[in-house]
Amino acid sequence: MEKEHELFETGLTRRRFFHLMGSGVAVVLTASDLFALTIFNAGDKENNIYADDEIAAWIHINPNGIITVYTGKVEVGQNIRTSLSQVVAEELRVSLNTIEMIMGDTSLTPYDRGTYGSLTTPNMSPQLRKAAASLRETLIEMAAAFWKTSTSSLKARDGKVIHSNGKSITYSELTKGKKILKPVNDKVTLTSPDQWKVAGQSIPKINGRDFITGKHMYTSDLKVPGMLYGKIMRAPSYGATLISADTSKAKSIAGITVVEEKDFIGVIGPDSQTAETALWEINAQWKTTPQPSNNTIFSYLKENAQAARSESNFGSVEKIFNESKDVLTQTFFIDYIAHVPLEPRAALAQWEGNNLTVWTGTQRPFAVQEQLEQLFGIPKNNIRVIMPDTGSGYGGKHTGDAALEAARLAKAAGKPVKVVWTREEEFKWAYFRPAGVIEVKSAVNNEGIITAWEFHNYNSGPAGLRIPYEVENQKIEFHPVESPLRQGSYRALAGVANVFARECQINDLANLRKIDPVTFRLKNLKDDRLKNVLEATVQAFGWSKVKPKDRGYGIACAYEKGGYIATAVEVEVSAGEVKIVSIVAAFECGKIINPRHLKSQVVGCLLQGLGGAMFEAIEFKDGKIINPSMANYRVPRFKDVPAIDIVLLDRPDIASTGAGEAPIVTIAPAIRQAIFDATNKKLNQLPLVPNGLKV
Amino acid sequence: MQLHVNGKEYSIEVSGNTTLLTTLREHLDLTGSKYGCGEGVCGACTVLINGVPVRSCITPVGSVQNKEITTIEGLEQNGKLHPVQEAFLEVDPFQCAYCASGMVMSSVALLNRNPSPSKQEIMDAMQSNICRCCTYPDLVEAIVKSIKK
Repeated sequence: MEKEHELFETGLTRRRFFHLMGSGVAVVLTASDLFALTIFNAGDKENNIYADDEIAAWIHINPNGIITVYTGKVEVGQNIRTSLSQVVAEELRVSLNTIEMIMGDTSLTPYDRGTYGSLTTPNMSPQLRKAAASLRETLIEMAAAFWKTSTSSLKARDGKVIHSNGKSITYSELTKGKKILKPVNDKVTLTSPDQWKVAGQSIPKINGRDFITGKHMYTSDLKVPGMLYGKIMRAPSYGATLISADTSKAKSIAGITVVEEKDFIGVIGPDSQTAETALWEINAQWKTTPQPSNNTIFSYLKENAQAARSESNFGSVEKIFNESKDVLTQTFFIDYIAHVPLEPRAALAQWEGNNLTVWTGTQRPFAVQEQLEQLFGIPKNNIRVIMPDTGSGYGGKHTGDAALEAARLAKAAGKPVKVVWTREEEFKWAYFRPAGVIEVKSAVNNEGIITAWEFHNYNSGPAGLRIPYEVENQKIEFHPVESPLRQGSYRALAGVANVFARECQINDLANLRKIDPVTFRLKNLKDDRLKNVLEATVQAFGWSKVKPKDRGYGIACAYEKGGYIATAVEVEVSAGEVKIVSIVAAFECGKIINPRHLKSQVVGCLLQGLGGAMFEAIEFKDGKIINPSMANYRVPRFKDVPAIDIVLLDRPDIASTGAGEAPIVTIAPAIRQAIFDATNKKLNQLPLVPNGLKV
Repeated sequence: MQLHVNGKEYSIEVSGNTTLLTTLREHLDLTGSKYGCGEGVCGACTVLINGVPVRSCITPVGSVQNKEITTIEGLEQNGKLHPVQEAFLEVDPFQCAYCASGMVMSSVALLNRNPSPSKQEIMDAMQSNICRCCTYPDLVEAIVKSIKK
């Protein structure tokens, strides 16, 4: 295999060579063995030394034939461990069970900004496909060199390179455990979806058996020798500052250590219950400051708005409003809601000298690594953040709160410490989906064409502000506010709020002009993909069917985060109770990689969105969360689930995009329209009916 | 304190007011039962006590001495999955799967007392188990499939 070295060498640039030297990897060079592959055997990867443009950074073939795939993306229930494995297996021509995927480990995987924005499928999936296809090409080249033949007589199949004369060699026999330091070929030929055998199939959840037998270890399940349990003292309300704390009683409890670093006070104990007991024994004095409450939040958001950021500004909305007969002005209100990931924030931290390892459930392990770097002032290379597949996030686990707390306590204790937040802590001190106020003004002409659109969002965020409808005069602005409650990302970000206001307004404009809301949309839409999901939904729902008494139909559509969604809803309203009878939704996100899991994401989004639409709301007064428990904060349960019909539109001609967010945005406006259709009541606040409908 | 868990005898030193969930997870390293709410309303911590589903996060361990405790780890027998687990594995309902243990245990308890529940009876029995990913329709499908096994 004289050619072997050449094949491997091409990726080893001068930059990388010095990077290697600088990272302290022992490299012995001889003239004949200048870039000998042996220097890159397993173990080096602990130093995270592979440049992202190299195959070795993404895929490694182990001597036993197992293929290790590395990605900084993390699994929080999107089932991307499955879908990413599928595309790698497809391009590499191997069976799924030979693939082992390492995800979100800052020491092993390439840097990744985070798992959010439905970016895994549009970005990471092609990255891994290209790496796998490049590796496949390389393996064929290596086999050609080995057999001294041309690549045209070779093909890759079932983990082997097969010669047209019948002989074959396995991938691991070719690579012998060595790293492939060849650049990922950006122009590599990818397998066309019409040739897919593994991708495109409803492959079940990878390691599914571990989850139904209780074997999977979430962060909160982890234990290392000598590990202790940590609890953190929390303020009684938002904006409270610590005056003093008497920790003597807590300290007197056997096995308890109290850590006091200015306003950070934590306790460490032999088990979580003892630690919790000690926490109760701390007598702290707090200074509180006035804080807003539910009943003042919307005026607070308006009054405290900062300079507006323009999202869209063309034509003249003022001129059109002055000239138009049919102008509709409305204000919508959006409450704070909580993500309520079933596994609360958790972290296990372990110091070895000046090296820190933290296991934590986060959507952004590399960002947590940076947070730890800042907190402790140690080099990033000394910090390893590992993200075990986690008990969900929904945008709620972007930060490293528990990781920082566990690391502080572990440093003070000189022992590994695990911190698992209680549900109450999760409700009070995690962050919320922002509250918002949205003002919409729009004009429609006699032909049913929207002629002007003015839209102002206060605090929710800029996502989902742009409208898919063709409107010649637009003024769209986002007005940021310093939120009194801690707020952050949520599934589809502000898309839920902005699409709610927009689609409600669209339905109301249609009603104003006495036009069917589907017809009205089709008049004002040009995007064929959006029209397609709308029409598929209408057809599956039977939009023109006769409406039974006390029933109403509603519809909404949107394009968000790469996905096209339309949703139709039937409700029944009787005695002030709103019952969702059925939901029909059509969704399209390009080529489908895993139909069953895609459908699951769409259903999950719709039903999670149903909670925020109907009843979820954070109640707070004077900076205190009033309903910080699952008994008092209602999330959807089995009986909240109506009949659901999902239509998945497969587009093999369009690159796959994500599906974990877009389907959540249209359920609320569709329900609101259905309630209006049944009762003539316009509900302009989310949640719509937290206490039923006042008749 | 003596505990019978999954057919095994355990002798542990723990105060009687410690929750069964904490005892299982921290003292017996049986981490399949999950903490979700701490107030017995989400079902993630469900175990069986003498065959009856119980929320272990609000059950003092002192109250279950001398009783048969079955956790998710105890369902599999000699490497063979419980029929309910088999059905869940085939139907593949889960996203994050943090609720999985509780869902499986509650389903086992339901089918123990009612081998052929109707859809409505399934909903009634499972109403106090939360799947925050909202995979409910597929969970119902898995339970229906369990009936046939």
